Amino acid sequence: MLLLKSIVLQWLYVGLMAPFLCGVIIKTKALVVGRVGPPLFQPFYDLLKLTRKQNVYSQTTTFIFRCAPVVVLSSLLILSLFIPLISQPAPIRFAGDILMFVYLLGIGRFFLIASSFDTGFSFAGMGASREAFFSCFTEVAFFMNLIILALLAQSISLSQMIGASTPLSWPLFGPALILVVSSLFLILLAENGRIPVDDPATHLELTMIHEVMILDYSGRDLAAMLYGAMLKFLIFAGILVPLLVPVRLGQAFPDLLVFTAGLIAIAVLVGIIESIMARLRLNRVRHLLLAAFALAFFGFIVTLWSRL
Amino acid sequence: MHLFNGSNIFLKDIPVYSEPEFRGLVIAACQNGGRLLNFFGQALAADLIRLLAIVGYDDEGKIVPYATTLSGSPASYECLTKDWFAAHLFEREIAEQWAVVPREHPWLKPLRYHENYRGVPDVWPQVMAKTIPGMYPFYKVEGEEVHEVGVGPVHAGIIEPGHFRFQCHGEQVLHLEIQLGYQHRGVESLMTSGDLRRCALLSESIAGDTVVGHSTAFCEVVESLSGCLIPARAQAIRAVGLELERVANHVGDLAALSADVGFLPPAAFFGRMRGDYLNLLLTLMGNRFGKGLCRPGGVLFDIPNDMAAELIRELKVCQKEFEDVSELLFTRPSVLARFEELGVISSESAFKYGLVGPAGRASQLARDIRTDYASGIWQFYHIPVSLAATGDVYGRALVRRQEVLRSLDFLIRILSALPEGMIFVQPGPMKKDAMALSLVEGWRGELMHIAITDWKGDWARYKIKDPSFHNWTALAMSMRGEEISDFPLCNKSFNLSYAGHDL
Repeated sequence: MLLLKSIVLQWLYVGLMAPFLCGVIIKTKALVVGRVGPPLFQPFYDLLKLTRKQNVYSQTTTFIFRCAPVVVLSSLLILSLFIPLISQPAPIRFAGDILMFVYLLGIGRFFLIASSFDTGFSFAGMGASREAFFSCFTEVAFFMNLIILALLAQSISLSQMIGASTPLSWPLFGPALILVVSSLFLILLAENGRIPVDDPATHLELTMIHEVMILDYSGRDLAAMLYGAMLKFLIFAGILVPLLVPVRLGQAFPDLLVFTAGLIAIAVLVGIIESIMARLRLNRVRHLLLAAFALAFFGFIVTLWSRL
Repeated sequence: MHLFNGSNIFLKDIPVYSEPEFRGLVIAACQNGGRLLNFFGQALAADLIRLLAIVGYDDEGKIVPYATTLSGSPASYECLTKDWFAAHLFEREIAEQWAVVPREHPWLKPLRYHENYRGVPDVWPQVMAKTIPGMYPFYKVEGEEVHEVGVGPVHAGIIEPGHFRFQCHGEQVLHLEIQLGYQHRGVESLMTSGDLRRCALLSESIAGDTVVGHSTAFCEVVESLSGCLIPARAQAIRAVGLELERVANHVGDLAALSADVGFLPPAAFFGRMRGDYLNLLLTLMGNRFGKGLCRPGGVLFDIPNDMAAELIRELKVCQKEFEDVSELLFTRPSVLARFEELGVISSESAFKYGLVGPAGRASQLARDIRTDYASGIWQFYHIPVSLAATGDVYGRALVRRQEVLRSLDFLIRILSALPEGMIFVQPGPMKKDAMALSLVEGWRGELMHIAITDWKGDWARYKIKDPSFHNWTALAMSMRGEEISDFPLCNKSFNLSYAGHDL
């Protein structure tokens, strides 16, 4: 019963925060270039609008195309239950849940890629191959970061690693944490298709990565895909915030406020980065991802060194 | 015997050569300092076709016409493309319009997919029977790892229709073939059928973003044939319109380039500034795109002194803003990393393809009609030619930036010293059996109108050439070896007209 309650509360929180963060990014980008921008809650309206629309399927697609939105969204919804909201452990936690976490991400990605191949659409195929290629780098780097955190926290459960009531100490592990946080931030940008890796606002099919894979979706399916992307951003930001904000007040509500403020700060930061730099040339993206891995790798060495 | 920009000639004075002689002379002229400005056909009788090649000498500003006649069915001649590559689209056009076969043409396929004007069997009966889009021969690269990507004619953005067929190896483009023709409206034949008032409106609709350019060229052709000398004030106002059009479009291009690399601030600022320049045109003559400014005989709108002062004041504000925002765009390392070394057209290639306009000037081809074939007000005002050496996207962006600054400078100069006098004189009747030509440096480059009249003084043939006609090939070639994801950026750096090509 308690578990059920915590699951419902968690979903309520992430379910409402995810589109809001998306709105924050868009608003930030608009404000930086001197535009008014859409209202903060525009992503909610957009999702509602899409859910009221009909799904249209091309004749070349099979059941894979139809089940992908369900798998993507549900895998991300389950993933969101692994995220501890500062000092409040995640609804689902067990020793080794980080493996589950990474492979749930993998399942979502697999179905996303499979569905875009299913359309038989040359752009979607290109987007899928880019996604697959880049995720080879991000997954390794992501694992590396998790290993470091596991070593530092002496635990292989996400709730212990980042959500413990006593946070990982910056004075103690400062150097390793700086490397982990920077690496995770690059992974966040890459995984969520933000500038400099991908441009979520572009209409140019030939340059897209994430957007082109969902180009054939419409109506509720598109809403599921877009909602999934918003959740994914929240999940990655939700891993970063507890590391960046080593404040634990010990009470559920103030801690949640701190966590929320952290999420919004990350969304604003991403919005600012998108406004002040151009996107990378596609063949340079792997250098950025390798940098994320290199940061994590040095973090690993620093961690091992400090434990000797 | 030669012509100048805006001059005319009686048809009987154009030397007519035999086909081999014609070919030899045109090629020799091109190889000795000239270049092919235009090459087109005209039906003289049911089975008699006249081919006219217009060769221009940029250094001297003189223009030499060559003519030959062909008959037979199907009529054919030995193609010029073998020896002068830049002729290849002209020859495809001739083949399509007049069912004349250029023998040994390396890539002879339809350009716009319409039936020929003579009503004889087409060169490609099997292709013409189908409507666009159909199965056309595309250049193909074969192999296990090669994949083909087709883009368009329906695109994701608000752009014109065109089909792009990429042969790719992974992300790398091995070959790109561009198929246009979706915008074909038959402008050339419409021009010959209408009266002058209608033609003036038509000329403004050839390419929606080059209104002043095309209508100026049209007016100059009519004025030349009717022996009408328009007042200096009208010429100056046309130049004001032309340069405002150039500035607005170049600024819009810089905005689009910035948006394509995902760098928002200049995209937003330039986008707003493009609107400012269009609004200046609105102030000038009540239309943001310059429609209704130029008519044969002069211009329809005068610039009173207080309006000139107002325009100068606003231009100075725009000048300052443009300098600031372009500084922002051109100094950002992440932007330069995208612009530099992308879509390189070497100076030699640019010469071979016959590039014109900013795209050519970015590859060190100092071709500018305002300087090379100066007519009208350009005989008295000089805008320095803006060149870049790199021939890449950066070069094309840089040339635009320079041209905007120089055009703004010119606009402020000319608005503060507008010639006095009238703005319109009524053109008289047109010369009979004559040909007139006009070259204008539109914002995309050199555009050319040629009119031929018959024995009654009516239009017998009207030939239009948009700068895009020269430049599309270069866009396709510039993509070789580049990444397919860079195509939109490279495309935007050329920003060619589909409507201008398709006519």
